[in-house]
Amino acid sequence: MALQEALFSSLKWPLWVTPVLLSIALVVEVAAEEEGGSPPASDPVVEQINRHIRAAWKENGLQPAVRATDAEWCRRVYLDLVGRVPTVAELDAYTAEKSSQKQQLLVDRLLGDEYYSDFSQSWATIWTNALVGRTGGRQRRSLINRSALESFLEESIRNNKSYDQLVLELVDAVGSTDPEAEDFNGAVNFLVEKLDEDAVQATAKTAQIFLGTAVQCTQCHNHPFNEYRQNQFWELNAFFRQTRVERTRDPDQDNRFLARVSDRDFAGEGRELYRDNRSEVFLVERDGKLVDRDAERLNSAPIYYELRNGEVRVAYPVFIDGTSLEEKYSQQGAEFGNSGYLEDVNRRKELGQLLIAAREFDRAIVNRMWAHFFGYGFTKPFDDMGPHNPPSHPELLDELGLSFRAAEFDLRSLMRWIVLSEPYSLSSRITRGNADDEPTVGATPQFSRFYIRQMQAEQLYESLIATTKADETVEQDRRATLRDRWLQQFNTEFGTDDAAEATTFNGSIPQALTLMNGDLVQRACSTGSGSFLDTIANDASLSNREKISYLYRAALARRPTKEETKTYNDLLASRGGEVIGTLQDIWWAVLNSNEFILIH
Amino acid sequence: MQAFKTPRGMNRRHFLTHLASASALAVPAWTLTRAISAQAAALARNQKSCILLWLGGGPPSIDMWDMKPGTPTGGSFKPISTTGEGQISELLPKLAQQMHLLSIVRSMSTREADHERGRYYMHTGFVPNPNVQHPSYGSVVAHELEGKLRELEIPPFVSIGGASEGPGFLGLAYAPFQVDSNGRVRNVKATVEEARMMDRLKLLDTLERRFVRENRGLAAVEHAKVLQSTLSLLTSSQMEAFNVQAEPAQARESYGETGFGRGCLMARRLVEKGVPFVEVNLGGWDLHQNCFTQLEEKLPEFDQAISALVADLATRGLLENTTVLCMGEFGRTPRINGDAGRDHWARSWSVVVGGGGIRGGQLVGATNEDGTAVTTEPYSSEDLMATVCHSMGIALDKTFKAPNGRPMKIAGGGKVINELFA
Repeated sequence: MALQEALFSSLKWPLWVTPVLLSIALVVEVAAEEEGGSPPASDPVVEQINRHIRAAWKENGLQPAVRATDAEWCRRVYLDLVGRVPTVAELDAYTAEKSSQKQQLLVDRLLGDEYYSDFSQSWATIWTNALVGRTGGRQRRSLINRSALESFLEESIRNNKSYDQLVLELVDAVGSTDPEAEDFNGAVNFLVEKLDEDAVQATAKTAQIFLGTAVQCTQCHNHPFNEYRQNQFWELNAFFRQTRVERTRDPDQDNRFLARVSDRDFAGEGRELYRDNRSEVFLVERDGKLVDRDAERLNSAPIYYELRNGEVRVAYPVFIDGTSLEEKYSQQGAEFGNSGYLEDVNRRKELGQLLIAAREFDRAIVNRMWAHFFGYGFTKPFDDMGPHNPPSHPELLDELGLSFRAAEFDLRSLMRWIVLSEPYSLSSRITRGNADDEPTVGATPQFSRFYIRQMQAEQLYESLIATTKADETVEQDRRATLRDRWLQQFNTEFGTDDAAEATTFNGSIPQALTLMNGDLVQRACSTGSGSFLDTIANDASLSNREKISYLYRAALARRPTKEETKTYNDLLASRGGEVIGTLQDIWWAVLNSNEFILIH
Repeated sequence: MQAFKTPRGMNRRHFLTHLASASALAVPAWTLTRAISAQAAALARNQKSCILLWLGGGPPSIDMWDMKPGTPTGGSFKPISTTGEGQISELLPKLAQQMHLLSIVRSMSTREADHERGRYYMHTGFVPNPNVQHPSYGSVVAHELEGKLRELEIPPFVSIGGASEGPGFLGLAYAPFQVDSNGRVRNVKATVEEARMMDRLKLLDTLERRFVRENRGLAAVEHAKVLQSTLSLLTSSQMEAFNVQAEPAQARESYGETGFGRGCLMARRLVEKGVPFVEVNLGGWDLHQNCFTQLEEKLPEFDQAISALVADLATRGLLENTTVLCMGEFGRTPRINGDAGRDHWARSWSVVVGGGGIRGGQLVGATNEDGTAVTTEPYSSEDLMATVCHSMGIALDKTFKAPNGRPMKIAGGGKVINELFA
């Protein structure tokens, strides 16, 4: 590729020579492209992925796509791991790398110290969106301190906290949302707004996010498809009922609230705490001893739910696999495990331990991660797993879950396995051999090519910032606000109790308008002194061709084709050689293209 | 080089033809290539439209359309008589004067009592299915009436003040165009002059085309299609339809200076321009707590806007060609919970429909004494959708070929509620 560049920039060649050499250069480039990608990795888990995926290709008569070019792979791995496109320097360094282990080397760097800031920020955003949605904490009256949650996650990710530990800290978090408070804890922001109305949302979201099980409809009735039942919902819900949220007005900001999540003794629904303030104690003789007749039942804290026919049922903490606290603590008395007293049982701590021990827990995170990197999980959607929705690659899902467990819940290992796997290295081109593998028309994904998908709004923003420093003219301390405001413009809330939301950053017209005429792209296209375009336009070491090539690599991770280069030269000539304006138009067009916004 | 010499003082027509001549963004039916037609307004009048008033969260239809006074489930409000057959809530006095134009279906009985599933089901006529994304009402209408919309330069499916549901397998070209109820469409002002924009679009066109040719999947093609719609909209004078502030003060007052009021007024303006499907969102109906005190605040805003809309459509002669449908994802429990609220309830509830040839002033179906069960033939989302499609002249026997190859009937094979047309 360097040869082609050299040819374009060289003015020493007589003009008639160029086409001939150019065609040679193109041949060279094609050869280089085919070479793209590294030999298969030796990691046994990566091999495991490849084996299962290949077996399914064979079974389904699919021919996998060829390997993606180095540049294509590099672009997608930057976007998926650190949340932005590679800069030209990063891209060029990767394509020039000669090592046969170049993929591994890059992944190690992206997961290592060099990129910890981009990496942890990107994943903190992804997790924040997963835990409280894109709109959580955005409204003035919200209890969620979004940036505190994001900071907690960022720190956890930077320190490579294991996933089970992270989840425990989120699920049994206590403390204040107020960064000034002594008991401040950013992790409480996950649950702080989900505990109202008997913690229905805490139950539903915990199951959905950490177990990949959609249970929200079973609060009212048995799931129409899922085998999950109404009683299971309320038994899971019972784990959250010692938990309380106190809200107080923020003394520093009008109409803002602070909140504190804490656990308290829970008497059970419609009951009071009796233990030590009974006026009468009934002693009965049991096995020749006088015992407090109500001792055990007194502590048990039931909750009640209503069947559709109006019949009322009772529920105590029972995990989805049928493990009840009653059983677990049966040694300590028949109903000890159902106690609502914290000194007996801390229900959320119990839940945390049951969660991370469950096989659903590892399978759910594997499925979520797979969906992150491939656009589709092993089930559709990735967070509604269960017997009603069998996975496309059940053994792979299961084995990856076990491997993740064996790796002590290390998220970076899981990411590493996935991005180094064969399916992740494939081209996104549709060929006759893989045309049937088309999930957009309802086929079960077989990952025989890389499915193109749109960048998330966050990825677009960070890409433009990394490439053009589009926020450089903004004061440092306002940049975060600017980013938040830009991202928020796409969000819509449904205003329902499940905090459902939608985004207009979905490839429809409002998004297209934002990219065509919006302020971010306008700033990215700035030609002001010291701007990205200004710097390139005035770089005396670059020919016009190289300048255009630079823009292409920055946004699309490729060089312009012959036809494209000719178009630009014509345009430049028609403009009397006015470089910066022409570069601006090219850059605008590139940023508005399908090729830019799609991860491919 | 010739291609880049752009004439000065380009008008829209010029712009379009010029752009179209070299553009691969164009498909045969490309809106931009069409001459701007002076008859657009005239044609629009004969065209069918639908306005969906979406009450997100699930409105308590037992407190609005099918009241049970004097029973334990009856709630706080009294029913009042209307200009139609049945009674409705005393908090809807203005609408009561227009009920000869609308009918109530009191025998809706569905199964989806979760917001997400209910929203999907009531918008598409299908229950969620992991392997196929069904198109919502607006997308179906936009798709089916496409051939009759040649003069339309703005999107055929507009959702005001909310997200609606997506186009499913019909693709992003039929996605709802979401706008705020104030009618401000963001980022419609080009940042460079026309000649520069032309150059940019040509460059973009080259890129777009090349990537589509690489055959990497539908998303690349969809992107090009959405770009076309966006360009069409950017240069269209029909965008004025979104500008509710252009209405006389009197009209704005009659709809109410509220988000929903402005949304309804905008819906009328859009329908007048020929937009075949407009959804207006009024959220906040998830009344698990303090249902009755909250209704005292919500219903007056709703009452004013819906009654003004229906009366306005009727006065302008638009109602016979405009189907109005008012519903949410489900109703709410007849039983009043411990927080004076009502929870999700899909088994027996009501919707309101009218216009588009539907006879107004009727009551269809009934529920039992306390509203907990439907006592007549139950109707589903499929039936309702079939009814709306019928009223819009959309053939119900048409089958879509879903992308997974399975034939799929419009409205999921629902039956038209014939009583509404009797």
